Amino acid sequence: MTDIRTDAPGRTHDAIPGAVTASPAATTTEAARPRRAARVNGSAIVMGLYLLFLMLPIYWLLNMSLKTNSEILSTFSLWPQNLTLANYETILTDASWYMGYVNSIIYVTLNTVISITVALPAAYAFSRYSFMGDKHLFFWLLTNRMAPPAVFALPFFQLYSSVGLFDTHIAVALAHTLFNVPLAVWILEGFMRGVPREIDETAYIDGYSFPRFFVRIFMPLIASGIGVAAFFCFMFSWVELLLSRTLTSVEAKPIAATMTRTVSASGLDWGVLAAAGVLTIVPGALVIYFVRNYIAKGFALGRV
Amino acid sequence: MNKTINQKAWFLVLPVLVLVAFSAVIPLMTVVNYSVQDTFGGNQFFWAGLEWFDELLHSERMWDALGRQLAFSAIILAIEVPLGIFVALNMPKKGFWASLCLVLMSLPLLIPWNVVGTIWQIFGRVDIGLLGHTLDKLGISYNYTQDFLAAWATVIVMDVWHWTSLVALLAYAGLQSIPDAYYQAAKIDQASRWKVFRYIELPKMQGVLMIAILLRFMDSFMIYTEPFVVTGGGPGNATTFLSIDLVKMALGQFDLGPAAAFSLMYFLVILLISWVFYTVMTNLDKRDGL
Repeated sequence: MTDIRTDAPGRTHDAIPGAVTASPAATTTEAARPRRAARVNGSAIVMGLYLLFLMLPIYWLLNMSLKTNSEILSTFSLWPQNLTLANYETILTDASWYMGYVNSIIYVTLNTVISITVALPAAYAFSRYSFMGDKHLFFWLLTNRMAPPAVFALPFFQLYSSVGLFDTHIAVALAHTLFNVPLAVWILEGFMRGVPREIDETAYIDGYSFPRFFVRIFMPLIASGIGVAAFFCFMFSWVELLLSRTLTSVEAKPIAATMTRTVSASGLDWGVLAAAGVLTIVPGALVIYFVRNYIAKGFALGRV
Repeated sequence: MNKTINQKAWFLVLPVLVLVAFSAVIPLMTVVNYSVQDTFGGNQFFWAGLEWFDELLHSERMWDALGRQLAFSAIILAIEVPLGIFVALNMPKKGFWASLCLVLMSLPLLIPWNVVGTIWQIFGRVDIGLLGHTLDKLGISYNYTQDFLAAWATVIVMDVWHWTSLVALLAYAGLQSIPDAYYQAAKIDQASRWKVFRYIELPKMQGVLMIAILLRFMDSFMIYTEPFVVTGGGPGNATTFLSIDLVKMALGQFDLGPAAAFSLMYFLVILLISWVFYTVMTNLDKRDGL
């Protein structure tokens, strides 16, 4: 993290094009050059400060996770004096801890698969056809993205208890479809709009049936859109706590809930708490890495 | 775009309908059901009509929570939207550094919300947190569990930390879609930096900014986990936002009737405001011929 700050001014000359002018270098006049360099450095400083602001709290968590509890409480230091991995060892060897991660990953994956599977045909219908009540239906779907989980916590608890799904992975996965399916439909619809209709028509003329056309031709065309939608389903399911905590007790307890409960029960074990926190960041970071070039477009729901 | 009329498209939407009906309509009906009944324990329910709604409209607790919630959403939107645009304008356009910025900026978005709370809880503590410790050393009294202002400042800074990147990424996506020709034309006209922003960049970002504001408004209005972990709604009721109050009522005190009435009002407020945003957004889409 410190690297970014220290070599920021040095790298800007060659790596970062002007913040404002996207014009080719050839058109830049001699007179404009010094001004432009100054502005570029300004951008680098802004970005450096902003990233520093983003990374400091995360660094602090990492720092704490590598200290022993006695060191955390007795001395105040910017980096661990006695580097220890004991906190991570506690988590990775204790089933009640690491099963939390496994549970989370299971329901997040289930949710992503379910959401994308049902959202694909619906998004296609919204992007290609107009039918009775389509606009109202679309807005109604969006309203579910706006529904506060707090409103649904109790009814969900009763619904899933009554059908015997309480404390299962599928219950959490289904509950999270509440906000993920509308979002997936919204994103996919945005990406599908970008595919020209002529492709559909050509495929039908060539004798493709709808399912075959959809899977063989259409899905590869919007592969990046599917990836982005999956990423967002993963993300919102992974970060959610209120519903997943309400719907589970032991068997499917997510890591986020494990953190709150174990810590409050056994006093404040800052080191382990921090280590658990760091480990929850890892899957997200991995997934970001794979979709890094599409993140911005995905956040814009495919509408840029 | 001119779409073909095809009523059979309903079949394609059917799976979504079934799923959402299961996970949204049934629970919502349960809420409606509770909101008009009273219970005296056990499983006995009595018709209460609109009593709960009436009570709710006259309860100071609800209005206070709503006021705090609106203030919170307004403050974070007022900070995050300009800051996000500013960051986006300063982001590198392509290459390794652009990717690095994208990855690092997305990182806070992927952290489970209670971990976000934990991070700031630790970060702000005077004894072990960098922020709290530094402020303390500078002679600023700072204690987010005791002091009203400190609690609000912590919750707001935390939200800015957590979500500004979302606005920045959206604005960045909008900026990326502006063709070079626009800038060249502006250059020929010798437009000032401000004018380039005002007449080229801002209008082109309009669509994505509406999405950003819509998403940020909805999520900030539903915020629960982060302030709950950091302040627990305190000191007193200072940071008890709508969701925190609702969960207290429904799962803590098990006051089903009032909690259900509360839920419905809460949902309606969000729907109303979101509907306005959505209408504006689709009109923008139409105007741009998307």
